[in-house]
Amino acid sequence: MAQLKEYIPVVGQSIIDELYLLAERLEGKTIQTVNSTAVGGGVAEILNCMVPLITELGVDMYWDLIKGGENFFNVTKKFHNALHGRPEKITDEMLDIFMETSMHNVNNMKMNGDIIVIHDPQPIVLIKNKLPDAKWIWRCHIDVSNPDRKLWRFLKQFIMQYDGCIFSAPVFSQRLADTETGREVDQFLISPSIDPLSTKNKEIPQETIDAVLEKYNINKDKPIVSQISRYDYLKDPVGVIEAYKLVKRYIDCQLVLAGNVASDDPEHDKVFSEVSEHAGADPDIHPLVIDPAHNDIEINALQRASSVVVQKSLKEGFALTVTEALWKARPVVASAVGGIPLQITNGYSGILTRTIEGTARGIRQILQSPEYAKRLGENGREHIKNNFLITRHIRDYLLLFLTAYHKGDVIDLSYRGNSGNS
Amino acid sequence: MSQPFYFYTGLSLVELTGREARNLQDLLLGIESLPGSSIYYHTHRFLLQHHYMSSEPQNDFAFWITDVLQEDLLGERIASVDIMQFACIRDLRERFIEIIEDFLKEGKELRMAPQGEEFHFMKCRTYMLPTHHEAHNLEQFAEVLQQVSRHSLYFHIFEAKLRLEKEMNDFSCWLETSLGEKELADEIARLDPYTYTLEGLRKTIYSLIQKRIQQKAG
Repeated sequence: MAQLKEYIPVVGQSIIDELYLLAERLEGKTIQTVNSTAVGGGVAEILNCMVPLITELGVDMYWDLIKGGENFFNVTKKFHNALHGRPEKITDEMLDIFMETSMHNVNNMKMNGDIIVIHDPQPIVLIKNKLPDAKWIWRCHIDVSNPDRKLWRFLKQFIMQYDGCIFSAPVFSQRLADTETGREVDQFLISPSIDPLSTKNKEIPQETIDAVLEKYNINKDKPIVSQISRYDYLKDPVGVIEAYKLVKRYIDCQLVLAGNVASDDPEHDKVFSEVSEHAGADPDIHPLVIDPAHNDIEINALQRASSVVVQKSLKEGFALTVTEALWKARPVVASAVGGIPLQITNGYSGILTRTIEGTARGIRQILQSPEYAKRLGENGREHIKNNFLITRHIRDYLLLFLTAYHKGDVIDLSYRGNSGNS
Repeated sequence: MSQPFYFYTGLSLVELTGREARNLQDLLLGIESLPGSSIYYHTHRFLLQHHYMSSEPQNDFAFWITDVLQEDLLGERIASVDIMQFACIRDLRERFIEIIEDFLKEGKELRMAPQGEEFHFMKCRTYMLPTHHEAHNLEQFAEVLQQVSRHSLYFHIFEAKLRLEKEMNDFSCWLETSLGEKELADEIARLDPYTYTLEGLRKTIYSLIQKRIQQKAG
């Protein structure tokens, strides 16, 4: 696990100094954060990186997990899809299953932080344990721009009890006002981030990349188009295959689809089998399931080996896979959904699309124009460096924690009591 | 003994208001009624997020009017508002209102933003913090200027003037009042910081200070 000083060559001394300045103002406060899985998926990845770094800054932060069985996670997966706007019938029985496990967690988890950050719907009911002085924040990583209304109403009864909510993109913002009291839940925009020093994102030697390609029988001399994502309908892996087939008419290339399995994702096997069926006998399509033990280094290698990285999602929370690819200066073709437009300015730091045909066109443009591809990649990397690395994410969280104790639009945290310069 | 310059930094957290606009009338309503921190955010966001990319940033209102509503003429009018000429957010807000109202008086049919491309009103909460840097003379000031974060530079140049409603940016104020460097202070105050990238601005100010140091050394 990297230490803060190791980020100085990446982001600069002054950025790290600012984190310490903020952390000093949180002395004596305890931060507790809760989600549903320790491994797999973007949330666990961020917390694995963020919690130790915030602790190193001198802020007391700890991370807890809720417990749940297969039925519970099957239901929360349906919640996930329904919140993303995908047709799912949310039954009363599902809500009962959700509440039963949730109440078990409510009764068995100790919630004693000064500030408590709850991630996504799975642990949302823990708010029932709210003590009067504690500040509770619900962190929503999902695209809730068009949620299933029944489910949203159900969750809203809990959301309204929080002091604040965090969303990943402006379009996810909701009206969160109590019609009777007029009280509004504060909403914050905090984009997720990647860790530039993690195994998944650090520089790696060409030999490592070649070894991974060899392991999966991928031809290193033929352009690689890849989508690195869980096998999930919302990532539209079948749509990626269709786009690849349109490209293949003109350009001899390969398609790599690579994903791992998160412990809270019961849909994986079904989607993977549909993808394999669509891939058919084409030897240039490589649907891969990455062994969790080697996931990070192999994903890193596959992204770096790619001529184009695709993210053809139908819905997205933020799409950290896009962030990872841009950080590696890869040209990216991605759907204009969720947080992706925050990361890509079309034609400047990547290509935004809305259809299979548009995705295919973007891939062809990049494969046929190496100079253009290089420019997109370089601009993308610079944008990620300035806005979507873990150091910016930590700064936003520290600022968020401070909102619990300071009101107003411009807040002077000077020990001198004023801006010091007349 | 002159007062040292204490370098501060300004760090902002973005807040979502839950308010959105689908047409110009909605946008006008938002500009009229939302807090000043919203107007400030939508006219300055680009500077920090894309500070490396280009100078002359467009404000969010102009971008949305042009790109989504495709009202190019109005978009250009809003983009061309010279923020440097405004002493406070209140006046800037009034100018935007005036321009949009004039446009609406023409009675053109209101264009609607396609679904998913609505304007989302946001605002920012800014924390001012002293850094550990201070300068007692021009030489020290030049040295520290190269070390502080872009947030610090941004705070002293943009936030100090428009948001804290000071007469001029912090650098010019200190150079004039504490060091008696009126000419240098005026030179920096005359720069239009909105037409620089932040690093470009840092280099320009540094060069002006170096020039003055050399001039003094004779």
